[in-house]
Amino acid sequence: MNDKLKVIAGLIVFFAIFSYPFWNNIFNKENPEHKPVLSAEAEKAKECVRSKDYMTKEHMQLLDIWRDKVVRSGERVYKYGNGKEYNMSLSNTCLGCHTSKAEFCDRCHDYASVKPYCWDCHIDPKENK
Amino acid sequence: MKNSRRSFLKIAGISAIGFSMTPVVNVFASSGQEGNKPEPSYSVNKKALKAKRWGLVIDTRKLSEEIVEELGKTCSKIHNIPEIKNKDHEIKWIWGEEFKHAFPGKENEFLDERMKHLSMPVLCNHCKDAPCVRVCPTKATFKRPDGIVLMDFHRCIGCRFCMAACPYGSRSFNFIDPRTVLPKDRKEWNLEFPTRMKGVVEKCNFCAERLAVGKTPACVEASHGALAFGDLEDPKSEVRKLLKSNYTIRRKPSLGTGPSVYYIV
Ligand code: HEC
Ligand code: HEC
Ligand code: HEC
Repeated sequence: MNDKLKVIAGLIVFFAIFSYPFWNNIFNKENPEHKPVLSAEAEKAKECVRSKDYMTKEHMQLLDIWRDKVVRSGERVYKYGNGKEYNMSLSNTCLGCHTSKAEFCDRCHDYASVKPYCWDCHIDPKENK
Repeated sequence: MKNSRRSFLKIAGISAIGFSMTPVVNVFASSGQEGNKPEPSYSVNKKALKAKRWGLVIDTRKLSEEIVEELGKTCSKIHNIPEIKNKDHEIKWIWGEEFKHAFPGKENEFLDERMKHLSMPVLCNHCKDAPCVRVCPTKATFKRPDGIVLMDFHRCIGCRFCMAACPYGSRSFNFIDPRTVLPKDRKEWNLEFPTRMKGVVEKCNFCAERLAVGKTPACVEASHGALAFGDLEDPKSEVRKLLKSNYTIRRKPSLGTGPSVYYIV
């Protein structure tokens, strides 16, 4: 029985391949596929409508409030902490800054398997098919 | 284990005290996070046009076939309304209708030539007592304080009760995905206004999105002065002046819906 070396080598190769996803996750922090990419416009603006943490967790709630305010109360101007006024509009404000829906919203949503039906009506100005 | 009546009453009493604590617990639970952060504010654009009850006066003497067509075209363009050949699937916000169809019961045997051939622009009447608002099971169609009968497309479930209720045929149903029939080139769309989707009802919104930024409805702008838009409750408004000095009619007033669109004939 002098195949010991081969067996061990085989085992090492096996474990390397088997555990690849874990290593990849630990060492490859550079923009994996599901991380949203900020557009040049957003980079320049530096900040979102609310804090990043709030946006990551609550942007769906925010949009829900926005559409109710705009359609049902006729209020279209949003103001928070930093004093800047925003026109409460999905296509015109959110996508006006996050100019690439594909590189920003979709990347995250595809990963989380979220498919907002908003785009059946709301227009992505970049899309042209 | 056997419970005596005495121990049961003890437990019941303690439980009752426990329940009475809920308000106190709520107070503690709600302090802390987001506690002293400011609330966001929502407001109406300063330029927005306001009224107690919006109304429209259409001076049919100033109309021509071309103008009526232009009204429809302008509206379609800014609201992304597709042009559909199939009459059953048509989407209409403002369109031309023969006098006898627009005003059934008013067509005399001998109508004057001009009226006989002129097509009347018809649209949602934004009724004072709108039947569509009453029948909508989701409150997707609702009455704004300024008199506009508006649709919240986010709530429309496509039941079409409103279409059955509207005596003016002002509502259309999206039998097909409108994007498949809009122009191929998106440069011809208004990218700032959403389209609709298959399965929702739609109608004229008195250009709520334009009023909100201080513009009058697009049809009024395109009408070469034939359409006047203003506050029906304001005696000094242009529409009230027109109504005071001209004889006007409304569509099917006997139904009691209280249309806000008047026609000078
Ligand atoms: C003026 C530009 C601007 C507008 C308008 C804007 N954003 Fe942002 N958004 C940003 C920037 C910049 C960031 C990154 C913030 C940071 O990294 O601190 C961001 C972050 C986010 C994030 C978090 C991304 C992450 O990596 O977790 C979400 C979600 C988001 N925005 C959604 C929206 C939505 C929805 C709207 C419309 C309601 C909107 N944004 C409007 C500039 C904008
Ligand atoms: C950081 C990742 C991330 C980014 C970036 C992001 N989203 Fe989301 N979004 C999510 C997740 C996760 C959910 C699902 C949350 C849930 O179901 O509780 C979601 C849900 C939503 C919903 C609700 C969908 C539904 O069906 O209820 C809307 C609307 C939405 N996002 C809009 C946007 C828009 C618009 C943008 C881009 C401007 C955007 N999101 C960017 C992660 C993201
Ligand atoms: C059936 C079509 C339809 C769908 C689906 C739809 N919307 Fe809308 N939405 C509209 C229309 C029409 C308006 C009115 C636009 C106006 O008056 O400017 C609107 C207005 C809004 C507004 C405020 C104005 C603006 O320009 O954005 C927000 C925010 C909004 N919708 C968010 C959403 C979100 C989030 C979703 C998905 C969860 C969604 N909508 C799905 C049709 C739709």
